[in-house]
Amino acid sequence: MSPMPSADSPVPHVEKITVMQALNRAMRDALRHDETVHVLGEDVGTLGGVFRVTDGLTKEFGERCFDTPLAESGIMGFAIGMAMGGLRPIVEMQFDAFAYPAFEQITSHVAKMRNRTKGQVHLPMVIRIPYGGGIGGVEHHCDSSESYYTHTPGLTVVAPSNPADAYHLLRAAIASPDPVIVMEPKRLYWSKAEVDLSRPRPGIGKAAIVREGKDATIIAYGQSVPVALEAAEVAKREGRDLQVVDLRSLVPFDDATVMAAVASTGRAVVVAEAQGFSSFSSEVAARIGERCFHSLAAPVRRVTGFDIPYPPPKLEKHYLVSVDRILDAVDSLQWEDQ
Amino acid sequence: MNCRQTSPNPDGTLMTPRQPRTAPTRAAEPPAERPAYDLADAHLLPTPEPIQLVTPEGSPVADPRLPMPDTDTLVRAHDLMVQGRRFNDQAHALVRQGRLAVYPSSHGQEACQVAAAMVLEDQDWLFPTYRDTVAAMVKGVDPVQILLLLAGDWHAGYDPYAHCCAPTATPLATQLVHAAGVGYAARVKGERTVVVAMCGDGATSEGDFHEALNFAAVFKAPVIFLVQNNEFAISVPLSRQTAAPSLAAKAIGYGMPGKRVDGNDVAALLAVLGEAVDRARAGEGPTLVEAHTYRMQAHTNADDATRYRSSEAVKEWEPRDPILRSQAHLLSLGAIDDEHATALTQRVEEMAAEMRLGMSAERELDPTVLFDHVFATPTPQLREQRAQLLDELAREEAAK
Repeated sequence: MSPMPSADSPVPHVEKITVMQALNRAMRDALRHDETVHVLGEDVGTLGGVFRVTDGLTKEFGERCFDTPLAESGIMGFAIGMAMGGLRPIVEMQFDAFAYPAFEQITSHVAKMRNRTKGQVHLPMVIRIPYGGGIGGVEHHCDSSESYYTHTPGLTVVAPSNPADAYHLLRAAIASPDPVIVMEPKRLYWSKAEVDLSRPRPGIGKAAIVREGKDATIIAYGQSVPVALEAAEVAKREGRDLQVVDLRSLVPFDDATVMAAVASTGRAVVVAEAQGFSSFSSEVAARIGERCFHSLAAPVRRVTGFDIPYPPPKLEKHYLVSVDRILDAVDSLQWEDQ
Repeated sequence: MNCRQTSPNPDGTLMTPRQPRTAPTRAAEPPAERPAYDLADAHLLPTPEPIQLVTPEGSPVADPRLPMPDTDTLVRAHDLMVQGRRFNDQAHALVRQGRLAVYPSSHGQEACQVAAAMVLEDQDWLFPTYRDTVAAMVKGVDPVQILLLLAGDWHAGYDPYAHCCAPTATPLATQLVHAAGVGYAARVKGERTVVVAMCGDGATSEGDFHEALNFAAVFKAPVIFLVQNNEFAISVPLSRQTAAPSLAAKAIGYGMPGKRVDGNDVAALLAVLGEAVDRARAGEGPTLVEAHTYRMQAHTNADDATRYRSSEAVKEWEPRDPILRSQAHLLSLGAIDDEHATALTQRVEEMAAEMRLGMSAERELDPTVLFDHVFATPTPQLREQRAQLLDELAREEAAK
């Protein structure tokens, strides 16, 4: 990855970059902008991360992007101390399931510190977690673990689906006075889009309507968004006009945008790669049921992974959310013409 | 299901991770030019016997390994131990009166409590556990605020930044990693801050104990890990925590010095911890200190210690009491007298009275605070829930 100009520049500049490059740029700009920002994790230094998201940062910023001992709880606890001591650490968990050793530090300490000290100690830290499957990864490399974090009060959780959001949500996460978990869509790391990073995007807490439509609303986040968009494209050829909402921010949840969208179409399908039982998608479906019941023409449907451990690479295609499954769910929304 | 999709993935690709962790990701390090075991590292090992400067009878040790702290410091430590003992016993009584839910007492461990905080300067951080309330008091935190957690008012009753004292930790060893991070941050910012992180013998079995010491050593963080080995983790004896020759012996595994010290000898503790603080402040990295002491009372008021240890075993430790020892020592030096003792008693009784008053006062608790500090800015959902609670309270009030 070649060095890039700072996106802090107000000069409009359209370029084609990947999600991975956008995340890298966000950290690079933050490191340039604020000397309290530090990046730490496993292999984030000389190697630039196993996915190369921190590529070149150690070269430019030295020990401000540093490798740690291979111990996730230690990394997380160390970052908590760094934040208590006035720094803004960005932690990389190498893979979703590798963050589990840090679970106690995240749920008992990262999430609770502000509350237990009545705001006197706050932790401006970012936890980056490459999540999800579809990459042919072996076991423990493909979990969608967001529901553990969205269930924990005190954690802000965002899930970008494209390069522009990857950049701006990560910058916003770094600037936040609270700990933010960034669920990075690892299957989309290499997906490109033309972006102008000098153009502001909605902040944390805001969902975006990424496709207008009047027949039904598909609600997705992270790496399920492109699948939802493709489903909408196929549905259009079949005569159905699907609206797609990209949640972007799971906590805080943008009830206003989601409920207005669902009310406008009267039908909703929630799409997430994670196992569906007791998951974040359950929460979205429940909220729609509670708040939009009288606007609904059909029960809210969910399209999620099966309630099984993430499958081995040769079987993952049966698990992953697909265009077909989304369209089948849309078909079941009690259409009057059927 | 119809096959309307043409490609296996929406972007038409089947990505594979370039460097999954199961594959080698690092270039091999060049072989270190040192023998497998370097005798030069032997200095990291603790002494066979705990370091002692004053015998249990109050006599200076003939051949001390460290210089004796000056007498003024020892008098101050003695006074603080007496104050700490009073704090412990008053808090214990407050549980019986129903003012506190529970109290894990450091009765008998006051030498460790006092020394841990006395060796620190104002900007230095202390990371205490639930049993280290006296250490927090010595660091400067108000006794009543320390007890608000156990009184059930709030989780942390004091501002950690006001006296650089972290909230008393309830989970075991998790705070040790935070301490390492605070030390690292201070080093990065060029501050002279050092950190004392406390835990008990049981906590040394936790993974975070290992990770904290390893991180601190690798990054040369200015942290002193003080393990109060009081021989019990609730009911479980030290022999079930470790087969190591001593807890301090673990230090060499991290490449830091390990020290064993008599945990009821405040003079030895001040000397050993003071040396470790100087070392940390000079940029030479962390030290592990194991203080041999004994938990004289049950784990908390809710525990029945007679189920797992004999009262004879406890009695054996009574003559080794840290306050009796320092009193005998300072009397022999002529550094304290009856007048001193009378004034000291008056001071600590005033503190105890303030504790009783503070704990008996009806403290107004506003339930809406439950929503106010979850995030810097409450989410829309929390605002809704806060309004719901306010509405419930208003209806309760109206129904009265």
